[in-house]
Amino acid sequence: MTALPLRVAGLSWQVRPRGTAVTLGGLLLLALLMALNMRLGDIPMSVAEVLRATFDPADAGHFVVMELRLPRALTGALVGGALALSGAIIQSIARNPLASPEILGVTTGASVTVVAGVVLSGSAYGGASGLFSALGIPALALLGGLAGAVTVYALAWRRGLDGYRLVLVGIGVAAVFTNVKYWLLTVGDVNDTGRAMVWITGSLNGRGWEHVVPVGLALAALVPLTLLGTRSLAALRFGDDTVTALGVRTNLARALMILAAVLLAAVATASAGPIAFVALAAPQIALRLARCPQPPLLSSAVVGAVLTTGADLIARTAFSPLELPVGVVTAVLGAPYLIHLIWRARK
Amino acid sequence: MPKLAYFTTIGQTRWEEHVTAAPAVAPRLRGIRRRRGLVLAALLAALGVAVLLSITVGAKAVPLADAWQALTAPTGTENDIVIRSLRLPRTALGVLAGLALGVAGALMQGHTRNPLADPGLLGVTQGAAFAMVAAIILLGAQSLLAYIWFGLAGALIASVGVFALGMVGGRGGPTPVTLALAGTAVSAFLYALTSAIVLLDEQAMDVFRFWQAGSIAARGADVLWQVLPFIVTGLVLAMANAPGLNALSLGEDVARGLGQNIALTRGVGVAAVTLLSGASVAACGALAFVGLLVPHVTRPLCGTDHRWLLPYSGLVGAALLLLADVIGRVVAPPGELEVGVVLALLGAPFFVALVRRRKPVRL
Repeated sequence: MTALPLRVAGLSWQVRPRGTAVTLGGLLLLALLMALNMRLGDIPMSVAEVLRATFDPADAGHFVVMELRLPRALTGALVGGALALSGAIIQSIARNPLASPEILGVTTGASVTVVAGVVLSGSAYGGASGLFSALGIPALALLGGLAGAVTVYALAWRRGLDGYRLVLVGIGVAAVFTNVKYWLLTVGDVNDTGRAMVWITGSLNGRGWEHVVPVGLALAALVPLTLLGTRSLAALRFGDDTVTALGVRTNLARALMILAAVLLAAVATASAGPIAFVALAAPQIALRLARCPQPPLLSSAVVGAVLTTGADLIARTAFSPLELPVGVVTAVLGAPYLIHLIWRARK
Repeated sequence: MPKLAYFTTIGQTRWEEHVTAAPAVAPRLRGIRRRRGLVLAALLAALGVAVLLSITVGAKAVPLADAWQALTAPTGTENDIVIRSLRLPRTALGVLAGLALGVAGALMQGHTRNPLADPGLLGVTQGAAFAMVAAIILLGAQSLLAYIWFGLAGALIASVGVFALGMVGGRGGPTPVTLALAGTAVSAFLYALTSAIVLLDEQAMDVFRFWQAGSIAARGADVLWQVLPFIVTGLVLAMANAPGLNALSLGEDVARGLGQNIALTRGVGVAAVTLLSGASVAACGALAFVGLLVPHVTRPLCGTDHRWLLPYSGLVGAALLLLADVIGRVVAPPGELEVGVVLALLGAPFFVALVRRRKPVRL
């Protein structure tokens, strides 16, 4: 992989033509998918109709486009991007292609609180409903995700943060959370279990502007931060001694990047649930497309956004009037593509 | 068997290398080597205690003397029936599944050289789950035995599929990263299909949620006989695979240079993992994470020599599974807590404490 130097006024960056091409191509595809997302649905619209509906508040389609389709599609793209970016950071720090925000306790922690909220506020545990139902699912998810991350972080910290220890502690904590979740699924009524399963799989059904704003803000704040950290992250792939010798403050760099990954995953999960497979697959797909040694951050985010938006388009329209949770389709689309890429690379 | 002896010395060389290269660790490794037999005996004793507890403790406590009588000279008393038809199959299944998952976990992490690898990584867990729920909605399967047969078939097919995907285009067989990623991708794919099915069908959801929590309760002797041949074959293959895996962990190039048939070693390893974890997951539910935690517990006890690591992990897995099951029987009367839940609540904090206290033994 060739990297070209770009020098402007005494500053210099590395530009990887292939990585840039992947990012730009991905953005183009994303724009196409968004446009399709505006057009298709229970009320199909032409491009002209969509445009008219967008800018004319009096138009009959205005509500459909501006209040239903656009916020939903935007939530999908932003959440997908945030999850993928979070996954790319974690995979770089853990130096492990199997790592995902699950390792940081974010998605699993959120799953526990949300499933508890859904299941325990059901008929069997009437007493518990007050607090759980008052908080609402996004708040519950955010609380659970952050609490999970703090748990993992606190347990993994021991005179500094070792990537390997973080991963091991992460699996331990994830095992507890996952099995508590399984247990909660068995105690509730089977209908509540169904509702909880939809959330666990990840769903964009009924997402509005109130979901777009938090994820949008989080991405606006955290994307520049993570891009600044790209170089440190690239160095962290070597052993700790080498990294220190290269002049990177290992603990600080790692802590900041992990914080960014946690916030991205927590906000995304609060909005749409832990959409399956995006955080794991998007960085691996981006890495193979851009032919980089480790997951490229920006391309990963774009691939994640494309994957989620495309998946939601299918989840929403393919089996109409029945709707699938988007997390079902992300895996069905992403897995074969990732396998295809692995396959091609071996030849 | 000159070949086997050859690999035995490879295992030794690796240890000597460690000892000379890192003087600070040397005393610890020598200590490990001296104590290996002793620790093995201690683990066997722990498993024995767990078996006794599992036979005597439960909703109806049975004194040890009565239990002995029930096993040797049954007279048809209530205790005899409880012991012979409930506790004994349950205990035996627990031992088998624990052994299988512990060994499979150590084998899987050895082959992928990835601490995140669990024995279900090759699609076994999700293959079993998918086959089960598909059988429920397509064929109307309703008995536990049918679920287990379909689960087993699904696990085997998924695993073979993943291995085949990893093989395609490769010259010397699949690499660890390819295997792990292909397994994760196939698992995610199958999990998506499973969740789509259970969201549409209430009966499938009901079976699936209890299977997911994991349990060794209420599986009769017929289930035991059904999975026994798979697990025994898997254990034999696993032990035969250990020396080859030791050579492979020196790196594929070195192993190839030493005359190791890499594709064969990987193939045997994957077959063993598939049989072991497929049979236990089909019979007891999604317990594969036991196999993920156990090797991290045993590695500090015996190092990375798989000839010791595999039996150690099996014994620890079996003892842990039984103890968790016993605790699950008594903590929430009149009901029971699923063994998977207890295992995670007990085993994972212990595991985290262990990781924090010692410097982790890297793969």
